[in-house]
Amino acid sequence: MATATTEAPVEIGVIPSFDVTIRVRRFNPEVSEESTWQDFHVTMFGTDRVLDALHKIKWEHDGSLTFRRSCAHGVCGSDAMRINGRNRLACKTLIKDLNINEPITVEPIKGLEVEKDLVVDMNPFYQAYRDIKPFLIANDKPEKERLQSAEQRARFDDTTKCILCAACTTSCPVFWTDGQYFGPAAIVNAHRFIFDSRDEGAEVRLDILNDKEGVWRCRTTFNCTEACPRGIQVTRAVAEVKQAILRGRA
Amino acid sequence: MSVVIETPRSRKRPGFNLEKYGWMYMRLSGVLLVILIFGHLFANLMVGEGIHAINFAFVAGKWASPFWQVWDVTMLVLALIHGTNGMRTLVNDYAEVEWIRRTLVWLLWIVCATLIVIGILALTTFTPCGDASSISLLGKDGANVAALCPVK
Repeated sequence: MATATTEAPVEIGVIPSFDVTIRVRRFNPEVSEESTWQDFHVTMFGTDRVLDALHKIKWEHDGSLTFRRSCAHGVCGSDAMRINGRNRLACKTLIKDLNINEPITVEPIKGLEVEKDLVVDMNPFYQAYRDIKPFLIANDKPEKERLQSAEQRARFDDTTKCILCAACTTSCPVFWTDGQYFGPAAIVNAHRFIFDSRDEGAEVRLDILNDKEGVWRCRTTFNCTEACPRGIQVTRAVAEVKQAILRGRA
Repeated sequence: MSVVIETPRSRKRPGFNLEKYGWMYMRLSGVLLVILIFGHLFANLMVGEGIHAINFAFVAGKWASPFWQVWDVTMLVLALIHGTNGMRTLVNDYAEVEWIRRTLVWLLWIVCATLIVIGILALTTFTPCGDASSISLLGKDGANVAALCPVK
C-alpha cells in the first residue's frame, strides 16, 4: 500500500524543543547600585517551565544567578516573579505558553526591596501577615474537636488556598507606592479566620483592618485576583472583609 | 539566632475611622450622583426642544424653581466632595513626601470648600432681572429674559 506523506513523520514521544531568550533583571549590590537586563539564550523543551530555564541558566551559563525556589511544584510559594510583566510562579509557567519569538522578561516582584537578582526582602510582607493574627483565636479549652458543618467550612474555603507567595500583594499598585498598606495577601489570610465559625477573633481582626492602611486602601483594580497562582478570588475576599467591617461582624 | 517577632500593629480606636466613612460616602454619593446627573442631562438635553432650548432664559427659568435649586445644590455639593475625596486618595497613594501630601490635601479641601460656597451663592442668590443695561448685555437672549422679568 502506497501512502503519500507530505510531512516528515514525527517520532512518538519526542518533545519538541526550541531556542528562547530569557531576559533577566540582574542586581548585585556588591557590584553596582543599578540593576541591568541580561539576555541568556537557551534551548528548552515544550514541557519546560520558566523555572527550568532559570535552572539551566544557573547550572550551565552563570552560577551567580540568584533566585528562590523550594518545592518547584506550585505549593511552597517561593518563586513568585514578574514574568513578561505579570506576577506568576516560575514553576507553574510553561515557556511554550509565552511568546517564545520575543525575549521572555523575568524580574523580581515589585514593591519589596531587591536583595540580589530575583530575591526580594519578604519581611514587610510577612510582618503584615503577622499583624492580622493568622492563627485560631478561641477561648474554650481544646478538650474536644471543634465541629464545623460543610457549609461553614465552605464559607472560607477559597482563602485557605493561599501559599503566601506575595504575587498578589506585589501586583497591587497601592502597595507599590505605599509599603504600609496591609496588602491583599494579609487580608486574604485575615478572611480565612474572620469567616471561620470556630474562630472568635473576628472582631479584633476587623478592627486591625479598619485602618488607614487597611482594607479601605483597596481600589479594586483586580490585579491581585489576576496574579494569584492559586486562583483565589482575592479582590472578592477583600470586598467581603470590607462588608464585614461595615456590618461590624463576620 | 532566634527570630524576633515584633509587636503586631494593634487595634485602633474601635468603631471610628474616617477612611471607612470616606469609602461609604463614595458609594452612597456615587449612586445619588448617577440619578442627579442623568436627571440633569435629561431635563436639559432631551425634554422639549432639547439642547436648542438652552440659553440664559432657560437657566434663569430653571433656577427660579426651588425644585431645581435644591437639585443643583445637592448635585454641586455631592459631586465636589466626591471628586475631592477621589483626588485625596490619589494624593495619598502617590505623594511620597509627607509635607507635600499634607499640603496637597489641604489645598484640595480649600478649593472644594471655596467652590461649594461660590456655587451655593450663585444658585441661591441668582436674580435674572437686573437693570436694563445688564439685560442688554445678553444680546439676543435679552429679549427672552426681559419677557420673564416683571416690568419695572
